[in-house]
Amino acid sequence: MLEQHLAALPILIPLLAAPITFILGRSWFTWLFATSTSALACFFSWHLLAAALSDGVLSYALGGWPPPWGIELRVDTANAFVLLAVSTLSTLVLVYAKDSIEKEIEASKHSLFYTAHLLCLAGLSGMLLTGDAFNLFVFLEVSSLATYTLVSLASDRRCLTAAFRYLVMGTIGATFILIGVGMLYMMTGTLNMLDLASRIDVYESSRTINTGMAFIIVGVSIKLALFPLHMWLPPAYTYAPSAVSAFLASTATKVAVYVMIRFIFTVFEVEHVFEEMRMDLILMVLAIVAIFKSSYTAIVQSNVKTVLAYSSVAQIGYMILGLSLVSVTGLMASFIHIFNHALMKGALFMAVGAVFYRVGSVDIKAFRGLGKQMPLTMAAFTIAGLSIIGVPLTVGFISKWYLVTAALEQNHWVIAALVLAGSLLAVVYIGRVIEAAYFQEPTESQAHNKIKEVPWLMLTPMWVLVLANIYFGVDTSLTTEAANAASEWLFQNTEMATTRQEVIK
Amino acid sequence: MNFILDHYNYWITIILMMAGFYIVISANNLVKKIVGLNVFQVSVFLLYITMGKVSGGTAPIVVDGATQYSNPLPHVLILTAIVVGVATTAVGLALIVRIKGAYGTVEENEFKDQDDAI
Amino acid sequence: MAELINLVLLAMLALTALRIIFLKDLFAVIMLFGIFSFLSALIFINLDAVDVAFTEASVGAGISTVLMLGTLALTGRKEKANSHSSFLPLVVVCITGAALIYGTLDMPDFGDPDNPVHQHVAPRYIEESPKEVGLPNMVTSVLASYRGFDTLGEVVVVFAALIAVLSLLSIRKETEQDASESGLKSHHVLHVVAKLVIPLIILFALYVQFHGDFGPGGGFQAGVIAAAALILYALVFGLPNAFAVIGAKFLYCMASAGVLLYASVGLFSMYKGGNFLDYNKIAAEPLAGQHYGIIIIELGVGITVFAVMLSIFYAFSSQTARSNIK
Repeated sequence: MLEQHLAALPILIPLLAAPITFILGRSWFTWLFATSTSALACFFSWHLLAAALSDGVLSYALGGWPPPWGIELRVDTANAFVLLAVSTLSTLVLVYAKDSIEKEIEASKHSLFYTAHLLCLAGLSGMLLTGDAFNLFVFLEVSSLATYTLVSLASDRRCLTAAFRYLVMGTIGATFILIGVGMLYMMTGTLNMLDLASRIDVYESSRTINTGMAFIIVGVSIKLALFPLHMWLPPAYTYAPSAVSAFLASTATKVAVYVMIRFIFTVFEVEHVFEEMRMDLILMVLAIVAIFKSSYTAIVQSNVKTVLAYSSVAQIGYMILGLSLVSVTGLMASFIHIFNHALMKGALFMAVGAVFYRVGSVDIKAFRGLGKQMPLTMAAFTIAGLSIIGVPLTVGFISKWYLVTAALEQNHWVIAALVLAGSLLAVVYIGRVIEAAYFQEPTESQAHNKIKEVPWLMLTPMWVLVLANIYFGVDTSLTTEAANAASEWLFQNTEMATTRQEVIK
Repeated sequence: MNFILDHYNYWITIILMMAGFYIVISANNLVKKIVGLNVFQVSVFLLYITMGKVSGGTAPIVVDGATQYSNPLPHVLILTAIVVGVATTAVGLALIVRIKGAYGTVEENEFKDQDDAI
Repeated sequence: MAELINLVLLAMLALTALRIIFLKDLFAVIMLFGIFSFLSALIFINLDAVDVAFTEASVGAGISTVLMLGTLALTGRKEKANSHSSFLPLVVVCITGAALIYGTLDMPDFGDPDNPVHQHVAPRYIEESPKEVGLPNMVTSVLASYRGFDTLGEVVVVFAALIAVLSLLSIRKETEQDASESGLKSHHVLHVVAKLVIPLIILFALYVQFHGDFGPGGGFQAGVIAAAALILYALVFGLPNAFAVIGAKFLYCMASAGVLLYASVGLFSMYKGGNFLDYNKIAAEPLAGQHYGIIIIELGVGITVFAVMLSIFYAFSSQTARSNIK
């Protein structure tokens, strides 16, 4: 029976668990319940990916109404792959959160944290799986409201202004998406993405459709923090509780990147967006500026969480760069990087959160001498940091490899060189932290306090991610197979759309 | 002339959107920002409802004698969007109350200065 | 005639919005926003969207305005003079506006029955829903059945708002001593009128809840109206007395229960072999199944919306009460 509902389960499980978590209140059982439901969602998303890899597309008509009249969930390799990353990270972060939030969130608000986390997971899963443009907006708002809550739970007062700024920017983005969807609906009469795609052909050169498309792309760009619309991200990730930063940095923006890919490839048609409107050039320039400007800003920060936040903006640049190359390899590089970046940033933010747990600060000065005092945490930070840089035998290398290959395929030598130059900047900002940890003497106050390693419940998920960084860096079969299937499917899909259009003409 | 009459609704809606959007990004006071956000969203609702109207139609509730109904789908979407909007407003206002408690001000430049001073 | 009313209302709406930009008195800004909401509700009626007008009037003009005023009581009513330049925002807004105007150029004519919107998808709702779902109000049919998953998402958004507000503002019961001072104790006229009106409001809420299948209305509007009745009670008789009627803990359980009630209909239909929220499967007759399904999910919506709106009001007003004591 569960097989039949496989597509809906990853959304429904956290959605139903959230109100129950809220009633359960304050106890360790709440944590156990939230973690195990997230693990269950993760289990089903594994199955979903396996099913998508073997059967192709799964469609689930909610309410039993056939699309386009009802809402459809549409699962293919692409969103199942991103979903797997999201639900795995959610589970690991929840395991990590039990001890981490003790120091960062008031005890009376712990059950609110778990509830908001599950709501956020449900919203993100819904955004990934839905095949309906308006339903996407609804789940976007579910995840956004939960995200604002999560950010504002920290004890530092600056988290409030960060959350407010995030709320205003996020709502503007969502409203832009609403305007865009409205314009598409006005011209086609439908909200189902597949149906939209087939009906947009008919009105090919409409100015309304093009405007709608521009509004959706700008709205999603705010959500995915594309340079120069990224201003909400660094404060939000810096001042949020560590567990929240780890979860959001590794999932929320990735889901938005997927939404952009989905709109461009399955709704608007690649040829139209990239060849006639030249969106690829705009995206490529913004992506490259994002990589260099944000990496540079990351270098001059003293708060390590801010460093990682700016690094996230730069890494989003790499994902968009892969997309803007408009080739199967380029898109594949984007997908691989979505997955791999979740592994790297999750581990990095967890390591920084562990430092905060013991030292009480995340300033770069607080890292001095930690290499000896917290060897396991700093080793995790170092390996994940090497992965961000793109050193061989880590997943970061795989991402860069495919990105450079994709650029060279089209003889974009300059872009390939820029990607490598971007890695050098990463060497600097990661290197500063590692240098402080291993080669500088601890400050006086810290030397006296005996700083111990963090509890194993925090170390385990961190090291699971670190080992995944190495494992998927050596054995790339799962990631490349899924990413390749995803991007080939997306391109094949649009070719089908073009041939169909020629038949009509 | 017909072109203007046919698009009058859309254009007013756009003026409203611009007004709302301008309030959001230019206001320094956070409460006013939230008001602007609401104005912005209500004007988007107007855009949807405008496209659902059929001249000579009636509200989409079955009555005897009605031949033409307006389109119910935009109404459903906007019902959802209104509720989403009020949820966002409530969260934004709650944040403002906390910001006032933590900083003593709800003017954006003033708490920015306080943060920079640290 | 309807067109003329429409033109006038739209012009008034535009004037209200432009006035909001320049006003510095935030109390006036919020009052104007309330007027803006009511005007747009009128336009919605004029454009045949009665359900939307109902919701906008109760949610936009009602709850939003109340919450904004509650915030204002805590933050002060004057906006300070704006020192930083407003040039960049103006440029951004003009670019957005120009893009939107460009977008309107190919838009189909207003009200034309041949527009694509009226040709695809919607005809089935209009022609088939009275037979397939069995309700005269097509908006309710689409909301609760065809797009029931959207509505579930929307209830979850409301629930998420509760979680957000609770994580920011805590609700605390005040001591007995404060109870005597809060509320409007000395206004006897208000007491008598409130005692008369509150039962009527609750009755009206129940009517809206269960009549939504046939006329405008449904769970959202009913939940908001019922919450308004208790908000009135809290304003007139004081917050502690309202806590005595419905406590915060009970409201939390209600908010969760509403979401779970909605979802349980979906789970039951899965158990019966259908897809999630497939009401056709939950009774022997598909039409009866649709009917039961819609009544139960609307009830779930009403419960959650009521509980969340009232809890949010509690959260805001207990902040105000605390700052008054200080």
